[in-house]
Amino acid sequence: MSARDLLTLLLLVGSVALLAVAAEFLEVRLFVRIVTNLFIMLVLVLGLQVFMGNSGILSFAHVGFMGVGAYTTAVLTIPVRMKGMALPDLYPLVAGLELSPLAGILIGGLVAALVAAVIAYPLMRLSDAAAVITLFALLVVLHTIMLHWSAVTNGPRTLFGLPRATDLRLAAVAAALAVALALLFKESRIGLLLRSSRDDEVAAAALGARVPVLRWQAFVLAAFMAGIGGALWAHFITSFSPKAFYLKESFVILAMLVIGGPGTVTGAVAGTYIVTLAFESLRALEAYLNRAQIFAEQVVGLTEVVLALAMIGVLVLRPGGLVATREIGTWLLRRKPDKGDPP
Amino acid sequence: MTAAIQFVIDVLSLGGAYALMALGLVIVYGILRLVNFAYGELIMAAGYTLYLVSASPLPWLVMAVLAVGAAVVTGIATDYVAFRPVRAKSVTAVLITSFAFSTLLQNAAQLLISPRPRSIPLPEMFSDTVTLFGVVTPARNLITIAAAAVLLTLFTLAMRRTVLGIAMRAAATHFTMARMLGVPANLVISTAFAISGLLAGTVALLWLGRIGTVVPRVGLEPLLIAFIATVIGGMRSLEGAVLGGFLLAFIDTALNYSLPQDLLKFRDAFTFSLVILILLWRPAGLVRGPATGQRT
Repeated sequence: MSARDLLTLLLLVGSVALLAVAAEFLEVRLFVRIVTNLFIMLVLVLGLQVFMGNSGILSFAHVGFMGVGAYTTAVLTIPVRMKGMALPDLYPLVAGLELSPLAGILIGGLVAALVAAVIAYPLMRLSDAAAVITLFALLVVLHTIMLHWSAVTNGPRTLFGLPRATDLRLAAVAAALAVALALLFKESRIGLLLRSSRDDEVAAAALGARVPVLRWQAFVLAAFMAGIGGALWAHFITSFSPKAFYLKESFVILAMLVIGGPGTVTGAVAGTYIVTLAFESLRALEAYLNRAQIFAEQVVGLTEVVLALAMIGVLVLRPGGLVATREIGTWLLRRKPDKGDPP
Repeated sequence: MTAAIQFVIDVLSLGGAYALMALGLVIVYGILRLVNFAYGELIMAAGYTLYLVSASPLPWLVMAVLAVGAAVVTGIATDYVAFRPVRAKSVTAVLITSFAFSTLLQNAAQLLISPRPRSIPLPEMFSDTVTLFGVVTPARNLITIAAAAVLLTLFTLAMRRTVLGIAMRAAATHFTMARMLGVPANLVISTAFAISGLLAGTVALLWLGRIGTVVPRVGLEPLLIAFIATVIGGMRSLEGAVLGGFLLAFIDTALNYSLPQDLLKFRDAFTFSLVILILLWRPAGLVRGPATGQRT
């Protein structure tokens, strides 16, 4: 790792640590909740960055794998005495199982990665619009299965009874690891080759890059991170339904990545911070308007409207996002142009 | 025998609606090679227009024309907001802006109208039933078949006989070449979006006529149907889209008739897996379109 990457890593992990410490000392319940949620989102957004940022392919399937992780850990960690109520039709093989949440989260990530590895291998040959539609189709398939596989997911109803295990520290550690993982992958041999294929697929293939395999590796890693993120979220929120892993969630995660800049890890982190800030303020505003009953009907959707406008605005004005190409470390250590340099 | 006729009518009416949906999506894709994720919201826009004018004393046909008009306007707005500013930059950028525009419209409808279903006015004939060859069928099924036949014929004629239609087909074949020969790019693209809106608006009347209400998320199902149909039929070919629509209707109806109840709920998973398989086997779809097109 070069000095620039090390500095980037240090600064980004430092920002996570700073936020965690601030939340720990402030001890405001709401703030702790928001920051914990932010860290979980960070894991998810960085996961998407690993695939989308390096391969250049928009993936809708990401939140699907988040769902896989969440339901896997749910099945493994809901206390045995609760399982009879929460999942009455669960298969006897896993019904008696009760793992620790940490093991559940890890297995959730692994199962998501495994599912991705099997399904995605043939899909990675596709590029452009065909790839996007297929991954969109994959999200619909995953969602349909979550919605109707009642024995494992409790169908479209809310699944409850997960132990509350994700606290600020666990989320902060996961977020810091995700930052490191995303950065390491980006600068690794696979990441470099993949980025070359993003910029010119034909040229990269001609130079010997096996594009489908490279994409597949990134996709599996992304799914692993999505699974971990989903499982962390599941142990944070403790009850959820398949609705949580569909287009609305996709939109928020995508907004974070696109506004920040999918090409860089710094962008993904910055985007998550900015969008979370905007999102929470707008939600508070919505709640305030609803409490004050200024309008006859409930105010819903304001947050999404503003986010969508911001997304379109960023893509029109700065197509690469706020941090398009240079990581923060690279930017800080850039060489100042000398007088003797040719202009 | 009656079962067979019932089956044919079901397939034709569902297929007619599906074919129109798919055609509306593929007319844009054929020229720009870009998917319009906000396509379903054209149907939503038509639905909410029907709801908004339902209190007025206008005859239903005028309301329907207004609704289709709203879909056309929304279609052209999609071009101006989501496509034109980022068209030349990257494929991913346009996909994201159209997805963002779709979310924008949906949530605007939630915010300004209501997240709950709103009922829309429908003419009497939509709820009548007709007996045909000894089969009792809702009249709207026959209306759908007739509307699809008329629109598809008109569309084919327009694409073959009019100057604009020929220009659009030229642009779909080779965009850069067409531009060099004097085809105005922006006009062709805007027209494609307008036609897309026209088809979506018509489908909205037929499709929402089945449900009777409109909600902000109403566009998702037609969008998914249009996706599958175009992927099956061929993303670059107009005939392919129509074929894909009817084929999908055939598959859906056949699954409805044959699958046991507890597998039927997974029908969407089956059809979407089919999409994935077809894309792997023939990335260009069953019917191949013109060789290649360049976006500009």
